Amino acid sequence: MSGWLGPDEWQAVALSLKVSFWATLLSLPFGLMCALALARGRFVGRDVLNWLVHLPLVLPPVVTGYLLLLTFGRQGPIGSVLDDLFGITLAFQWTGAALAASIMAFPLMVRAMRLAIEAVDPRLEEAAATLGASRIKVFSTVTLPLILPGIIAGAVLAFAKAMGEFGATITFVSNIPGETRTVPSAIYAFLQVPGGESSAIRLVVVAVGIAIAALVLSEWLSRRVAQRISGS
Amino acid sequence: MSLSVDIRRSLGGFDLNASFDAPEGVTVLFGKSGSGKTSVVKSVAGLVAPDQGKVSLNGRVLFDAAAGTNVAVHKRRLGYVFQDSRLFPHLSVQDNLCYAARVSGRGSTDPKDVAALLGIAHLLDRRTHALSGGEAQRVAIGRALLSEPDMLLMDEPLASLDGPRKAEILPYLETLRRETGLSILYVTHNMAEVARLATHIVLIDEGHVVRSGAPEELLTDPDMVRLLGIRDAGAVLSATVAGHHPDGLTSLSISAGQILLPTVEAPIGANIRVRILAQDVILARSRPEGLSALNILPVRVLAVRRGEGPGVVVQLQAGDDRLLARITRRSADTLNIVEGAECFAVMKSVAVSQTDIAVGLQTGL
Repeated sequence: MSGWLGPDEWQAVALSLKVSFWATLLSLPFGLMCALALARGRFVGRDVLNWLVHLPLVLPPVVTGYLLLLTFGRQGPIGSVLDDLFGITLAFQWTGAALAASIMAFPLMVRAMRLAIEAVDPRLEEAAATLGASRIKVFSTVTLPLILPGIIAGAVLAFAKAMGEFGATITFVSNIPGETRTVPSAIYAFLQVPGGESSAIRLVVVAVGIAIAALVLSEWLSRRVAQRISGS
Repeated sequence: MSLSVDIRRSLGGFDLNASFDAPEGVTVLFGKSGSGKTSVVKSVAGLVAPDQGKVSLNGRVLFDAAAGTNVAVHKRRLGYVFQDSRLFPHLSVQDNLCYAARVSGRGSTDPKDVAALLGIAHLLDRRTHALSGGEAQRVAIGRALLSEPDMLLMDEPLASLDGPRKAEILPYLETLRRETGLSILYVTHNMAEVARLATHIVLIDEGHVVRSGAPEELLTDPDMVRLLGIRDAGAVLSATVAGHHPDGLTSLSISAGQILLPTVEAPIGANIRVRILAQDVILARSRPEGLSALNILPVRVLAVRRGEGPGVVVQLQAGDDRLLARITRRSADTLNIVEGAECFAVMKSVAVSQTDIAVGLQTGL
């Protein structure tokens, strides 16, 4: 594949894969917690949480990116703390790209997980409790196995979304080759220079391929969750 | 070994106020649908919390509103068999049975013994969706038994099954009671199940316990007929198999003499229980002759209850047992059937259906 793609293109694909991988992995536990809270929780502020989770879906990505820059930039309230205490800088780093991608992909991840959780029959969990399972055991032996395909589907969708993230990423971490130039940023950059079309086309093919693969995988996993819950 | 319940709960205009004791044996919580039976069982299991009151099992307090005690569901050690079997769809039959051992470490009972007891040994490798309703329910019972509960709660376990499937499971429940000696709180609104399984009955109506007592006493009380349902009213007698006849009949000894019934699948000497419906009993003032009905017992009238319709319910003393007969008011007047009258109860052998005969209950009433 590196023979077909030029070194710059390959660098962008590899960076995108790295950024998306970490964005997905690190948002998984938070996504699951949010999905559980939204599907099962009865608490004040549930609507606010729902709204916050879905916000990146409706905000212009450039707004999300700018808000990230204001918050996580070196002078930002969280960014300055991270910098002073841990020496972690997110702005204009690949880690910042991962943060932007995870936030933009978060609503899709939570949505897929939440649907899977809502499809679980709570009466099965009651039955598990009467058989001596504590709440944690009920979750790990009944709820989690039943929603696992939904969690994986959510992760796949989030990964695909992270691969395609552009607006928030370029606003927050710019478009630095080898550091923050992901596939969409690279396509954008190639289109700005004369003779860059062929590189852009090759990256478009890669992006389309990954997106289709993710959709097919996610569909297949969603069907699995339905089958698993109905037992067929 | 006994369960003591005294709970109050208000929910959406429905007031539940139930107080009863369930002694050792099979206590049947009987009542119409919507009478609050399931709320009682759920409160005992801890799936819902009553507003006030107390629940204790063998002196162990499970719930006490005044003291703020509410033992978690998984620590109550009560097996629960639901109306819908609620098997885990992602687990095989074997893994469903072993679930309690996996999550709580209780597991000295061999799943194979329980599977054999319930006739599900051949299903262990199956997925749960491949089971029939009756099989699924037996697996659910096995799964509850293997959690080694102090008491088994069964909430209309046969209600979702059709007639033949019910008949398939009832003998297993009788065997269960006999083999394990486990106390059971059994919810139903089916009179045949009451007659076959109950050693104690708690009658519940509109959220209140109306009566509780032994089946032979409660089921033959003419005042209870309205609550039990006139078509289902009938006595439960304990009987001993006295002999099998080549013409397909079985003789049974009861306290008032012998009766003949269609073949009962039990050895001579076995104690069984037979339910005799009030509407299958005919009364005669003198011993009838030239009659096709084979069973004629001398009885004395204990009470006559007139309802609003054309029928009356007559409570009869037959030996040490009591019977109920349902006859028309006109017959009662013509034959002068009043308290203390000596007469004969006539009953067709074939009137007693196999589903009204409990052979698994060796301990008797």
